[in-house]
Amino acid sequence: MIADPRDRQSAVSDSAASPSRRSQSLRKVPWILAVPAVFALLVLRFLPAVIGATYAFTSWNGVGVAADWSGLENFRAIFDEPITSKALFNTFRLAGLLVIIANVGGLLLALSLHKALKTRNLLRALFFLPFALSHLASGYIWQYVFQYDGPLNRGLRSLGLESWQRTWVADPQFAIYTVLAVLVWQYTGLAMIIYLAGLEGIPDELHDAVAVDGASAWLKFSRVTLPLLAPAITICATLTLIFGFGAFDQVVAVTGGGPVNSTETLATQVWRNTFIFGRYGYGSALALILAGVVATFAIAQVGLLRYREKQLL
Amino acid sequence: MLVLAVVFCLPLFILFSVALKAPEDLFTDALAFPTDPHFDNFSTAWESNTGRAGGLRTALVSSLIITGCAVTALIVIGSLCAYVIARRPGKLTNTLYVLFVLGIIVPFQLGILPLFVMFRKLGLIGTYLGMVVLWVGILTPLTVFLYTGFVRALPRDYEEAARMDGASTWRTFSRVVFPLLRPITGTVAILTGLFIWNDFFVSLIFLGGSGRETLPVAVYSFVGEYLTQWNLVFATVIIALLPLLLFFLIAQKQMIRGFSGGIRG
Repeated sequence: MIADPRDRQSAVSDSAASPSRRSQSLRKVPWILAVPAVFALLVLRFLPAVIGATYAFTSWNGVGVAADWSGLENFRAIFDEPITSKALFNTFRLAGLLVIIANVGGLLLALSLHKALKTRNLLRALFFLPFALSHLASGYIWQYVFQYDGPLNRGLRSLGLESWQRTWVADPQFAIYTVLAVLVWQYTGLAMIIYLAGLEGIPDELHDAVAVDGASAWLKFSRVTLPLLAPAITICATLTLIFGFGAFDQVVAVTGGGPVNSTETLATQVWRNTFIFGRYGYGSALALILAGVVATFAIAQVGLLRYREKQLL
Repeated sequence: MLVLAVVFCLPLFILFSVALKAPEDLFTDALAFPTDPHFDNFSTAWESNTGRAGGLRTALVSSLIITGCAVTALIVIGSLCAYVIARRPGKLTNTLYVLFVLGIIVPFQLGILPLFVMFRKLGLIGTYLGMVVLWVGILTPLTVFLYTGFVRALPRDYEEAARMDGASTWRTFSRVVFPLLRPITGTVAILTGLFIWNDFFVSLIFLGGSGRETLPVAVYSFVGEYLTQWNLVFATVIIALLPLLLFFLIAQKQMIRGFSGGIRG
């Protein structure tokens, strides 16, 4: 039962001696170097978020300091008021469609560009360019494209498709899709870049091995390429989802939230209510919903896709 | 593929062609490049935008100062913190790392109003310092996340050799570690720089009406006044885009590589 003291001693000296030099130099990286970043995280990121979350349960209108607790009143009002409930619906629609279109489009572009060697760099730059532009600027460009006398309607007319012409931006039914068009235009290039990086990480030998086994192109794609792209899909879907839920600049530039509030989103409503109307409590409640939705989806998406990554590999 | 790419870039072509049009043919043949390009649209746009508060010239200066200072601060703060997290593995640093990732996920819109109230008390609204502090707050989590992944994969041999030679912590970091971080520093600079340079939401709230507006806010207020004069609007948009387009042309390869590298890392 009693351990040999020599064994114990040797164990102790072993663990202390051999890695000692290494850990000694490692232990010297002082904590103080992390202080500015941790300060920024806690004071500028988490603290305001927590305070903002508490505002959501008050009726504060910016006047005075003390705010009255109003419980869930703000949230009830959000679902009751047609503008905000519409904004909520629009946000989900935009984010959902953006994730699907940008990811499928980006993946298809990446797959076809991955092989094209000569023009590859030029094409990659061209598709990526819209993402680098300011969202506001791209919004203005597209607003012009969608004008009644603008290039889109003129193009349709010259193709003999007069019946397809719309007053795009001024039509409450279509206006939301003009915003979606700008989002898709900007983020498909980003998705392509991410998927290209993912494709480059897949070793050629794998494809060759499957080809030798006589697998069809679809089988190769669905059983080899797609599973190995899982990390890229996780990142890309999460990013586009976050951008879609937070859509603000593009809405302001293309439709300004109109016509008749048909293109308001959560982000534009947060801004309008808080900083234009001074409804601090109400605006914070909207921001809390936005934060809750984004965080839930982002965490769920990462969790789900990580799980699938493991299943498939 | 090439055809698709051309269609993809058609809106950009329209941007340039409309910016050079005479006011009377704004809506004729958007796809035809104007035969008599009106380069004076640019000078008109520039003139009517400068001189007043929040004009293009001051906006350009604001954008440069805010983006430059914030990106520099983020690189310094982020790389140092990542160095600690990557080189002191343990429960505490692990928790810290998870907290930084959480900081990326929680949308900053939730904290904007409290920050606005806080900054108003401190007199930081409408100041460059306030904007730099704000951006450091918003983008530190992403910066630390990117740097940590990179430092973790970095072999320790060089810094240990420097330590053996008696170099101080600071010297080891600034002369040995930081230069090795160059690729990820490029990624961080491009990602955060693009984000800050193009931002409209935060700048509108914190700089609106201060006379120190950044380019997107200046463009926004100009467009509000001249919406029907598309040639002037687009000339303004191009002037505001020019620094970024030049940067894109020069650094396009690094930019794309940085994006994919950072995302993979």
